[in-house]
Amino acid sequence: MAFGGQCGECTECGKCERLLNGQTNDDSIKKEEKKMEQDNSVRLYTFIIYSENVPGLLSQITAVYTRRQVNIESLNVCASSTPGAHKYTITAYCTRTMAEMLTKQIEKKIDVLQANVFTDDDIFINETCLLKISTPIMLENKDVCRMVRLHQAHIVEVNSIYATIEKTGITSDILSLYDSLKTLGCVLQFVRSGRICITKDYTEHLDEYLADREKKRNAK
Amino acid sequence: MEKITGAEAMMRALENEGVDILFGYPGGSIMPTYDALYDHKKTLNHILVRHEQGAVHAAQGYARVSGKVGCAIVTSGPGATNTITGIADAMIDSTPLVVIAGQVGVAMLGTDAFQEVDVVGVTSPISKWSYQIRRAEDIAWAVARAFYIAKSGRPGPVVLDFAKNAQTGMVEYEPAKADFIRSYDPDPDLNEEEIREAAKMINESVKPFVLVGQGVELGNAREELKAFLEKADMPCGTTFLGLSAIESDHRLNKGILGMHGNLGPNVMTNKCDLLIAVGMRFDDRVTGNLATYAKQAKIIHFDIDRSEFNKNVKVNLSVHGDCKKSLAAVTKLLDKATHTSWIDGFKPYEEKEYQKVIDKALHPTEGPLLMGEVIRKVSEATNNAGIMVTDVGQNQLFACRYFKFTKARSVVTSGGLGTMGFGIPAAIGATFGAPDRTVCLFVGDGGLQMTIQEFGTIMEQGAPVKMILLNNNYLGNVRQWQEMFFSHRYSFTPMLNPNYELIAKGYGIPAKTVVERSELDAAIKEMLATPGPYLLQCAIMEEDNVMPMVPPGANIDEMILEYKSK
Ligand SMILES: Cc1ncc(C[n+]2csc(CCOP(=O)(O)OP(=O)(O)O)c2C)c(N)n1
Ligand SMILES: [Mg+2]
Repeated sequence: MAFGGQCGECTECGKCERLLNGQTNDDSIKKEEKKMEQDNSVRLYTFIIYSENVPGLLSQITAVYTRRQVNIESLNVCASSTPGAHKYTITAYCTRTMAEMLTKQIEKKIDVLQANVFTDDDIFINETCLLKISTPIMLENKDVCRMVRLHQAHIVEVNSIYATIEKTGITSDILSLYDSLKTLGCVLQFVRSGRICITKDYTEHLDEYLADREKKRNAK
Repeated sequence: MEKITGAEAMMRALENEGVDILFGYPGGSIMPTYDALYDHKKTLNHILVRHEQGAVHAAQGYARVSGKVGCAIVTSGPGATNTITGIADAMIDSTPLVVIAGQVGVAMLGTDAFQEVDVVGVTSPISKWSYQIRRAEDIAWAVARAFYIAKSGRPGPVVLDFAKNAQTGMVEYEPAKADFIRSYDPDPDLNEEEIREAAKMINESVKPFVLVGQGVELGNAREELKAFLEKADMPCGTTFLGLSAIESDHRLNKGILGMHGNLGPNVMTNKCDLLIAVGMRFDDRVTGNLATYAKQAKIIHFDIDRSEFNKNVKVNLSVHGDCKKSLAAVTKLLDKATHTSWIDGFKPYEEKEYQKVIDKALHPTEGPLLMGEVIRKVSEATNNAGIMVTDVGQNQLFACRYFKFTKARSVVTSGGLGTMGFGIPAAIGATFGAPDRTVCLFVGDGGLQMTIQEFGTIMEQGAPVKMILLNNNYLGNVRQWQEMFFSHRYSFTPMLNPNYELIAKGYGIPAKTVVERSELDAAIKEMLATPGPYLLQCAIMEEDNVMPMVPPGANIDEMILEYKSK
């Protein structure tokens, strides 16, 4: 920095004193570096968000991702098992630090009840896909049906032109089915649902939160 | 039960919230409400501004000095879009506002009707809550909720998009009350463990340093802050918005943080062993280069907004909650301490800054007037008890540096957004929010012209704004950066100025221009002695720079004290 050292006694403001004080002890540096690495590595996170069922919230929630330049991979919105509460399941690639920031900024929206972030280890994941494949190719090539069976997918409709196949599972299984059918050259259409999931936790965070809030309401 | 129009219900709902003043501007889609307002003139003082941006900034000025919710009312379409700057400004500076905008009737929504704008869509990202009132039946509920959200927790602006059919529809009005929203907890319970840990860290610290932000004022926690600082004998620095959270001359107040702050607090930020942030958000103008910011220190962050924790600066401990309560709780657990030698450590920096910068800014003996000397003289003429309103630019930075504070809620400046044109309307609002205090506005020749139309409001209301125009014939702050970082290339910053004195006089505002230093004291005296508004134009040195400065991106302790033009 061209302007360095014009303020204090030393030429590299602050730095020398930091070293003298011995605050940069090796072990703690390594520990911190490891944590930083975890915090800064990009991976797929799943955000589970509960909100009141009010119009306009979805765009406010997605805007939080856009503003922080995080791309949404999948998004699923539906009424939840808690009456009046909507559930959003959103996946996105980002760092842990970013994921935590995003949840806090989403939770700050007035009508959002709760926002939490999970890695794949913390949740049981499901996703559905539908494939439209060519009936003539399916009849001609026995491998097509074999692949469908191998992937435990079912055929839900067949006519002379196409067959519709449905598969439910984790993302990698679905992609594997798609890849193998694509190699066989029979895929006409492929759609995925985006993921839904439930947590592996023993506690239900939303219920706890709502009970807690109810207590506060009654205390008023 | 008697049925009334939605517009009348809106009036009653506002009165029910204790509103007694509205800043606004009428138009087609809000006419039914203005018609109802005609019958409520005694209780709802409506201030007609000259541009809707002025209405919102005036409401901000009112809110900032009074601690109440500021209220603005405008029409749909262009009326609503003219409020955007003020709403964004209030959002980033946590100012409680309710902005009511007319809207076309619901049958026309989405048809690109005359003066239809998707106000909720446009304002959602820049407001705390934005809601469309579509039926007269929703008015009582929506207004109660709007005021509750605006003023509770971390305050902010709320927008009510008021459809015309809801204004004309008939309704049995019953006042509503909002003090609970299950998805929103504005007063989180303190966490005992956080409180104990904070006290422990402070008790163990030998070089603690406290960063004071506007949260202390918003939380009405000035006394709690003082007790906290004094018990553990901890020095502090303040942000611009936190300037009046503690008296300027308090023994433990070491000055201003950040880019144009004081040398001591900035250097000591990188020397302390414990940094304690209270109600501030580590803005980049405060931290400078984050990679080197307070790396040697442990950091505690007190805030009511959880999303501020670890946003810009990673902290060792966050203390979530209302700082009025958390500071008091921690103070109870603090050991009485003295940190004399640590506090004395600020002195050399204070002396150095005084000698190299402050003395020259306040006591020049020759050359044109300087902003610093004018500001300090005005401040002293109010016994440092005035309200400082600023516009944006060098006038703002100098005002924050040289105005002094003894009273709470004395700072009205656009911090986070840096909105030129904020000053005049905000100062008007401040005169209504604190009618017993002297409101001093410092404004540049650029910013004055951004909302100069509000001279009309000042004239009509006789609003006693003491306007000090610091005229340097430049967009000074940008010119300073061009001089320092863009090789002195003054790209569109010199300005040809009109005769401001004449303009003010055209509006019936007494005005005077001071060029000579020898005339300054008398002119300030005359300004303050003249009842009502006044414009004091000071001919300021054209190419002066605000110093010291942490250059953009530099480390916070690398302040330039002197800059010699090449
Ligand atoms: C609405 C708006 N437009 C542009 C800017 C950029 N800007 C910041 S300071 C400044 C110059 C202000 O000039 P003046 O009002 O004369 O004040 P001075 O710095 O000279 O005291 C400008 C253009 C801004 N902050 N706000
Ligand atoms: Mg200027």
